[in-house]
Amino acid sequence: MSVYGYILIMALVTYAIRVVPLTVLRKPIKNRFLRSFLYYVPYITLAVMTFPAILDATSRPLYGALAFLVGIALAWINGNLFVVEAGCVLVVLACHYLH
Amino acid sequence: MEEEKVRQSQNKLDSDEVIIDPPKAGASFFRGMRDAVPIGLGYLAVSFSLGIACGNADLSIAQGFWLSALNVSSSGQYAGIVLIREHATLIELVLMILIANARYMLMSCALSQKLNPNMPFFHRLLIGYGITDEIFGLEIAVPGYVKPRYAYGVMLGAIPGWAIGTCLGVFMGNVMPPVFAEAMNVAIFGMFLAIIIPPAKTDKIAGVFVLAGFIASFIASVAPIVSGLSSGTRILILTVVLSAIAAILFPIKEDIEEEAKEQVEAFEAKGGEK
Repeated sequence: MSVYGYILIMALVTYAIRVVPLTVLRKPIKNRFLRSFLYYVPYITLAVMTFPAILDATSRPLYGALAFLVGIALAWINGNLFVVEAGCVLVVLACHYLH
Repeated sequence: MEEEKVRQSQNKLDSDEVIIDPPKAGASFFRGMRDAVPIGLGYLAVSFSLGIACGNADLSIAQGFWLSALNVSSSGQYAGIVLIREHATLIELVLMILIANARYMLMSCALSQKLNPNMPFFHRLLIGYGITDEIFGLEIAVPGYVKPRYAYGVMLGAIPGWAIGTCLGVFMGNVMPPVFAEAMNVAIFGMFLAIIIPPAKTDKIAGVFVLAGFIASFIASVAPIVSGLSSGTRILILTVVLSAIAAILFPIKEDIEEEAKEQVEAFEAKGGEK
């Protein structure tokens, strides 16, 4: 499958998720399990996608590990998205020039 | 103040706080665009790191543009990039996107209560395309029914930022010196951490499951048999299993739903929008 094939399928699935409730269902989701499941999915899927993938994103896993720890610390203390992103990036840069 | 708005619009799980000056019923197209400016600027910056990830998966600027313009979702798109990189199968792709983006269903269901049942059907087809955490946050704050023109204003103010930021990210990733490009690789993970860690401070259970996600994902990447699966498949399985466990053990409180119901009832009691 070509890259555009992937993009198109993704777009169709995402669009269906967004549009079917708006056009066909037209009522709130009542099921408590489903609501709870959907509440936890973003947290868990982002966590699962972040680690250990961040270790493979840098030339040495150590740099990624440090970026990961600094990112968690900054997100905990400050929470500002740009601060966290910049902190992670700067850690890797610092590793390169100082290690 | 403006900066604060931008900051808050970044936080995908905390979108209701975006609105400081809530839109009025029957708000215009231009009011929508104005309300969407902080979101659009936030998107421009956030999708930049997504563009870097696109570049790493050898996507072109045009492919990055279409990916963002047609999907408008951060975690779903990133999961898609992982799958594209691994040449995943069709079924893997469909399942992964269904799960990663399923929460839009929740928003879409809620938004369906905010649309006038008598409005022409095609509006629903267009408004649905623009349901993101932040856009939904604005629309749901409109008192009474959301006018399509307001929704279109919001979408036009916010979504181009998402697509353009992605293109910039792909471009910059290609022209940056390798050391900088490598450092930029971790930006998207910084973004994910900034989304999931702050809410974990107040919601301890979500925090525990974030930690469980890190650990389980690491174990799955080294354990026999499971580590042989593609990382896309592992992400999918772990997300479904852990979210199901969390939902069974710690179902969310029902007050959000009751709140929404009360809003709708209070609105209907007033005779709806005339």
